[in-house]
Amino acid sequence: MSQTTPALHVPTPQEITGPALAGKADTMVLNMGPHHPSTHGVLRLVLELDGEIVVNVAPDVGFLHTGIEKTMESKTYQQAVVLTDRMDYLAPLSNNLCYALAVEKLMGVEVPERAQVIRVLLVELQRISSHLVWLGTHALDLAAMTVFLYAFREREQILDIFELVSGARMMTSYIRVGGLAYDLPADFLPTVDAFLKLMPARVDEYEDLLTANPLWLERTVGVGAIDAEAAVAYGLSGANLRATGVPYDVRKVFPYSGYETYDFEVPVGKTGDIYDRYRVRVAEMRQSIRIARQAWERLSAMGPGPYITADRKVAPPPKAEITHSMESLIHHFKLWTEGFKPPRGDAYVSIESPRGVLGCYVVSDGGPKPWRVHFRSPSFINLQGLPHMARGRLVADLVALVASLDPVLGEVDR
Amino acid sequence: MDNAHLLATLRERLGTGIIAVGEHRGDLSLTLAPGAYYAAAQYLRDDPDLAYHFLENLCGVDYLGREPRFEVVAHLVSLRHGHRVCLKVGAPEASPRVPSLTPLFPTANYQERETYDLLGIAFDGHPSLTRILMPEDWVGHPQRKDHPLGEEEVAFTFNQDSIYARKPFAKS
Repeated sequence: MSQTTPALHVPTPQEITGPALAGKADTMVLNMGPHHPSTHGVLRLVLELDGEIVVNVAPDVGFLHTGIEKTMESKTYQQAVVLTDRMDYLAPLSNNLCYALAVEKLMGVEVPERAQVIRVLLVELQRISSHLVWLGTHALDLAAMTVFLYAFREREQILDIFELVSGARMMTSYIRVGGLAYDLPADFLPTVDAFLKLMPARVDEYEDLLTANPLWLERTVGVGAIDAEAAVAYGLSGANLRATGVPYDVRKVFPYSGYETYDFEVPVGKTGDIYDRYRVRVAEMRQSIRIARQAWERLSAMGPGPYITADRKVAPPPKAEITHSMESLIHHFKLWTEGFKPPRGDAYVSIESPRGVLGCYVVSDGGPKPWRVHFRSPSFINLQGLPHMARGRLVADLVALVASLDPVLGEVDR
Repeated sequence: MDNAHLLATLRERLGTGIIAVGEHRGDLSLTLAPGAYYAAAQYLRDDPDLAYHFLENLCGVDYLGREPRFEVVAHLVSLRHGHRVCLKVGAPEASPRVPSLTPLFPTANYQERETYDLLGIAFDGHPSLTRILMPEDWVGHPQRKDHPLGEEEVAFTFNQDSIYARKPFAKS
């Protein structure tokens, strides 16, 4: 590994525009984005082209920087959950979960078993819905419009489940520090059951359209390949890393929320090209259905139960208790006016979000607001692999490559 | 690989370079002297028995009112052992500088640029330390604790000239 690393460099836009503006380059510099529809958000790419061949490419990010980490420092721990929805807007529940786990680790909060099962069920549905957006837009970028319509049909069903649970389709804020925001509605289990029964056949349907489609194969097989060593060096994660054959899945390596008790496999690829990333993500959807089904069965067997920790220093007491208990009233008042105060210290947690390793580093100074929150966002880091994959390929391949990395710019820029 | 074994190995190798050791709910964190930070990361990566090849996270923290004011935090993962270790290194307020890990881990490139951009910590040995999230001509480092939240006027096409004229980056 040590011999190859110096060559793995991620260029800045200035490194490409500088020589061109000075008239020292024979190549053409082309600006792509930040509004190009195939860039999946406000991503700008500065291309250095020799004819139609990409000589070099530099991602330029920051157009969607909203200072989420800074803003969190002025919110109480529970209020800050709302901001996490806005990072990876295709997987808000995964963000909620990562942040909640980090604060829970900082404070040593025990989350009830039932809440953990619901969390797992929801983030696996979230993974399917996020992969559906990836699949739909990726296929659309390569001119396969039907897949997009099919994928969004099922995604809408998942969003309906989220709306049923949290009242919001996308900005859920449902997973809170200590457990969940409120209990599940009565028709949750039958709705999820219907979806899980339907979904495996739908994944087959997508695969019928793409997996052996000669046009799809032409555009994806052998395009944008990266080897395992370079992928690890660039810090790629999620399906982008697993497509190279490295089986790093946080759910297996550092299990959280009881993932060690679920039966599932980690799909891996071989060559690390776009097609392998496609195969890995589609296989992941099937595994997510499998995990969600196991969680559904546990939830059905469990019946009603607590959805948030009984620790009154973290979770508000039920309304019925407030009416007759002075102590509960005080806890409620303290929680809503001041918030809870984790002990001084720091904690880091990472989870397997649909896009890869999502990490959250929280520092507490002992006060009711976080001193520092940092998110290791997988999209931001995965983008670094793009120049390596794109060099020597055609511009059209770059469009396929960006889609296959599956970046969400809200998360890149935070 | 467990924390005690790793700590013993690193103590033997780095000696007084380890300033403090923390263990919180099973996570090992080491506060290192600036001189030992790069060496520790290199040793963790290159030693065949350790194989911490994956730099998962790198970020900075501003502990305003404390010296060293800044701290850079790096989380390294060994995929072979399924183990994570946290390295911390302080940077003084007067000139916050820390060795760059980008030569060892290319993935540190963007993360160090982000830390430089938002906190103003410079990374020695970084190939292209420029702003990444904020505009190139931005003045200041917004994630610092003494940088106010808000107070940014929203610029529209009709009033951007008058607003930009009041900004620190105003070009006369």
